[in-house]
Amino acid sequence: MTVNLERVREQVGAVLDRYGRDQGALVSVLQDVQGELGYLAREALVEVSNGLGVPLSRVYSVATFFRAFSLVPRGRHQINVCLGTACHVRGAVRVLESIERETGIKAGETSDDLRFSLDTVNCVGACALGPIVIVDGKYSGEMTVNDVRPLLDSYD
Amino acid sequence: MSRLGSPQELEALRQSLVQSRDPNRRCVTICGGTGCVALLSGDVIGAFREEMKERGLDSEVDLRVTGCRGFCERGPHVVIHPEGILYQRVKQKDVPEIVSETIVDGKTIDRLLYVDPASRQKAVHESEVPFYSKQYRLVLDGNARISPDSLEDYLAVGGYAAMQKALTSMSPLEVLEEVKKSGLRGRGGGGFPAGRKWETTRNAEGEPKYIICNCDEGDPGAFMDRSLMEGNPHSILEGMIIGAYAIGAHEGFIYVRNEYPLAVLHAETAIRQAVERGLLGDDILGTGFSCHIRINRGGGAFVCGESTALMASLEGKVGEPRAKYVHTSERGLWEKPTNLNNVETWANVPLIINNGSDWYRGIGTEGSKGTKIFSLVGKVNNTGLVEVPMGMTLREIVMDIGGGVPKGKRLKAVQTGGPSGGCIPESLLDTPVDFDELDRVGSMMGSGGMIVMDETNCMVDIAKYFISFLEGESCGKCVPCREGLKRMREILADITEGRGQEGDIERLERLSETLLDCALCGLGNTAPNPVLTTIRYFRDEYEAHIRDRRCPAGVCKALITYSIAETCPGCGLCVKVCPQGAITLVEKKKPVVLDQSKCIKCGACYDVCRLDAVVVK
Repeated sequence: MTVNLERVREQVGAVLDRYGRDQGALVSVLQDVQGELGYLAREALVEVSNGLGVPLSRVYSVATFFRAFSLVPRGRHQINVCLGTACHVRGAVRVLESIERETGIKAGETSDDLRFSLDTVNCVGACALGPIVIVDGKYSGEMTVNDVRPLLDSYD
Repeated sequence: MSRLGSPQELEALRQSLVQSRDPNRRCVTICGGTGCVALLSGDVIGAFREEMKERGLDSEVDLRVTGCRGFCERGPHVVIHPEGILYQRVKQKDVPEIVSETIVDGKTIDRLLYVDPASRQKAVHESEVPFYSKQYRLVLDGNARISPDSLEDYLAVGGYAAMQKALTSMSPLEVLEEVKKSGLRGRGGGGFPAGRKWETTRNAEGEPKYIICNCDEGDPGAFMDRSLMEGNPHSILEGMIIGAYAIGAHEGFIYVRNEYPLAVLHAETAIRQAVERGLLGDDILGTGFSCHIRINRGGGAFVCGESTALMASLEGKVGEPRAKYVHTSERGLWEKPTNLNNVETWANVPLIINNGSDWYRGIGTEGSKGTKIFSLVGKVNNTGLVEVPMGMTLREIVMDIGGGVPKGKRLKAVQTGGPSGGCIPESLLDTPVDFDELDRVGSMMGSGGMIVMDETNCMVDIAKYFISFLEGESCGKCVPCREGLKRMREILADITEGRGQEGDIERLERLSETLLDCALCGLGNTAPNPVLTTIRYFRDEYEAHIRDRRCPAGVCKALITYSIAETCPGCGLCVKVCPQGAITLVEKKKPVVLDQSKCIKCGACYDVCRLDAVVVK
């Protein structure tokens, strides 16, 4: 994927201004940059590093420490499978395995056609409805292995 | 919106709000918490708006979208006031009927009422539902009564009165004394006395001092902080401002999990409203006291719930903890004295100031005062948030409020305290739940997760689950945690995958001791708890895996097989869902045939069979 450097500069610049170029806001800055670009491109991290006066190594250490950040482009649809305890005891692992079979990707991966990115999360706090699968922010509760295909089929 | 320049102006506004609100006016409240939203309460809300507009009722009937009411299992919830009729599992298509039958004609719709699974009795009002009637809702009370994005709602139910009282008629030391006397202990897990922590920060050298609200609720299976921050954000701000006043801090932070978008949104709205009205910011209510609060979103790291890691993250660094030779209350954020409390702790503060410490001490047990919110989840009929006085027994919580285990299964254990807690077996269900009693049985209060497990849950698998979780979340800074958890997970994987050996249990115990003694922070120190308690109470299950290569609960894939019972009527549902084509219908009305060589044990047939004809052994 090619990155439009001008546009990245512009977007990152706007985020940095919003936080007054405060070094302490590094985590928030990266969250907002990812929100704008969909992921943290190397070019964006360089911009953040220059803009905040923080060494690039530290920007990378923060960007790779927190699981909310992605350094590679994401798929069109983001699937999050909750593996919190409540979902786990209700069979979330079997649901995850089923999604992995259907999409052909493992948790943490993106499909080659960029249709899906699959991740696991450690509890979204909707434990009463477990097992939960979230696609593009939309929650589906009480999932079973057999609900997986119809759910995925509704996303192109 | 005008700024309130004095306590008198706040009181006048409150009075006018209370008077303008007719308690007998028709009002529909709909739950807008994350659980109900997931069950499409958004569609229900939209349908009500449209239906009432169409019928010209929108000026006569109020519509209020409230925070989480806790009974997520039966959502979306709709309550019709003034009668207080509770409808549950409401769908968009039910709305026209509710409007014409209940709102216009005043009739109750039977099929939307809650039915107690034990007595088969229908409940019309919330107070008749056993899930609610045995609770004592103090902190959660506001969630059902206000709209989280309305400051006016909060003021009308007495909001900011405690702050007003503290700032105008109490000195900071008096506030501190009151909180100390109340016996309030930190709700985030440690159970450290909140008043003493405040005092340490107050007396510590260094300016400025900071306060932090920890809403990085990382414990899987716990969601009370989410619910409070989403449902009643002003109550948390109020608690924080009172704390800042007592401590002598003027700057505060709310650290919210990134996975809680609605909580972030509502906290942002609340801060904006409070600042606009002069309840937060410079010169609050003209008293001269100033306090600023900012929100920071977490990055999805469990360890950031630990105070020193959280502060590192607030400083824009990697969220790694440090050794606490010097407590953060003395040297925390940017090396300054910092007082960190959990969401629920802060939410208790206005109650204590309003009602006094004597009142608060009257609730709970000798060593644990007040109420505690638990998230009762897993294999339990009534899943949701439960607020009870400290000291109620596990049995009352799980059986009476939770309604027991579904599908007639036998209760096996209750796991409390999140990944750092332990599994309490059925035989100890009469343990009163407070900080000290849970410690005594080898578990802990933690943030209040309570996960119920039945006979189909494998305790070795649960231990592996928690250890894998913690292995992934370990920041990797100290060796015992980074390497110890990895080895423990490998041993547990061996046991669950049929490669267990004699001595594995002892090896796990030895590694556990090392972690308890040598890990750097709370994550590692408490990480062995799930392993130690499952070994302590379910040793026979470990031995069955190791010696007999058998998983008694039928969970561990390598040790189980799926088979078809003779009772199978050959309906063919499982044939359709099997991804491997391993099941064939040989003869009509005869059991289907499962080819073990093709079976990948995915469980699709088990899930789809309505006649329990798929057997796992």
